[in-house]
Amino acid sequence: MKELKIPLIKNGTVIDHIPPGNAVKVLRILRIPSKDSSTVSVAMNVKSKIGKKDIVKIENRELDPNEVDKIALIAPKATINIIRDYEVAEKHRVKLPDEIVGIVKCSNPNCVSNKTNEPVKNRFKVIKKDPLRIKCYYCEREPEDISERII
Amino acid sequence: MSFFLIGMNFEGKDIISIKDCSKKEINFILNYAKKMIPYAKGEKFKDFLKGKVLSSLFFEPSTRTRLSFESAMNRLGGRVIGFSDPGGTSLKKGESLADTIRMADSYSDSIVIRHPQEGAARLAAEFSDAPVLNAGDGAGRHPTQCLLDLFTIFTEKKQIENNNVILLGDLKYGRTVHSLAYALSLYGAELTFVSPNSLKMPKEVVNECVELGIKPVQTSNLEKVIKSADVLYVTRIQRERFPDAEEYNRVVGSYQINKDLLENSKKDLIVMHPLPRVTEINPEIDGTDKALYFKQAFNGVPIRMALLSLVMGGKL
Repeated sequence: MKELKIPLIKNGTVIDHIPPGNAVKVLRILRIPSKDSSTVSVAMNVKSKIGKKDIVKIENRELDPNEVDKIALIAPKATINIIRDYEVAEKHRVKLPDEIVGIVKCSNPNCVSNKTNEPVKNRFKVIKKDPLRIKCYYCEREPEDISERII
Repeated sequence: MSFFLIGMNFEGKDIISIKDCSKKEINFILNYAKKMIPYAKGEKFKDFLKGKVLSSLFFEPSTRTRLSFESAMNRLGGRVIGFSDPGGTSLKKGESLADTIRMADSYSDSIVIRHPQEGAARLAAEFSDAPVLNAGDGAGRHPTQCLLDLFTIFTEKKQIENNNVILLGDLKYGRTVHSLAYALSLYGAELTFVSPNSLKMPKEVVNECVELGIKPVQTSNLEKVIKSADVLYVTRIQRERFPDAEEYNRVVGSYQINKDLLENSKKDLIVMHPLPRVTEINPEIDGTDKALYFKQAFNGVPIRMALLSLVMGGKL
């Protein structure tokens, strides 16, 4: 019998097909760990048919698809599997929302959204999904390396 | 261009970036501004905006933009409150821009803002119910300048399309040329970007032009391209962009607009400049028919009258 690198989960969410090395950034986007975090398993550089990938398994928590879609920023081909009683109850591919709020910091140091005394969050419009291009809602600058700008 | 565009309603609209306006809307504004010319010159008077108050918030120095906005509001019969130096305001006490805007919103019917930070006008619009007009935010956008530049070409050449426009000078940092390149591309104008190699038009601006179907010519040699130009838009090259004085002097010298250079140009070429100029246009050009930069500065008044009137619901 093949040995599983990380155990199956009874109930929860599995995020599969994350580009290798990006699992930690995915966790950061999902604000994990938080105080009431359940058990989370992370596997990095897992061999698969189409090369290496990362996998994240979150037990006893079904992630809200809208929240999870934000990970398309760094893992555009990721799949979300909702597990109930060891079975995949729902499966969908991430879909990037049209607006990204509070996740990516603007690369322009003089952008008003980077000023700490203003009551606004960093906010980006998605102008192209493949290849991904986002533009700051405030100053209209496009960050070159989005993953480097994730808060 | 048709003047009467049914359903064109600007009342309450923020003017933050030229990219917020469709070509139809720009056409409407330009035609509306044309009707404002006799009012801007003081030849006619009608108080379209009687009883309205404009907040003029200039967090950075400005001559033309501030004065032309204030002139525009006065010519329309409205009143202006505000400041041209944030030194005497609560900002010095650490008040956020958002709070300053909330206050100005409650005191006035529209807000004009110039601010040193990029995106400040968009933020202002978020916190104001009254329409916000961006008078320049940092190195970012300056839509009313862009509109007055388009207006100058439109009134002088009768159309914007089918003109060969040279944008010259500091195309990397110049605030006005980025929006102008985009807007001219909307109209399908031919574009030529002339700059020293170190101050070339940013790639994303060139890409935007290409996405709109325009392939700009890029060169550092002005003499080679001046012959076929209909519009020469000159910008200032700043000393601090160069590591040494010698290089700066060489570049500035090669882009100085004088009578010799313009000898090879079309008879009806127009020379524009957002001003202030330093040495890039020789004063010997000032008295010629080609010199449009002072008229361009005046055009700031009818364009801003049109915008103020439209966003505050004034009826011509």
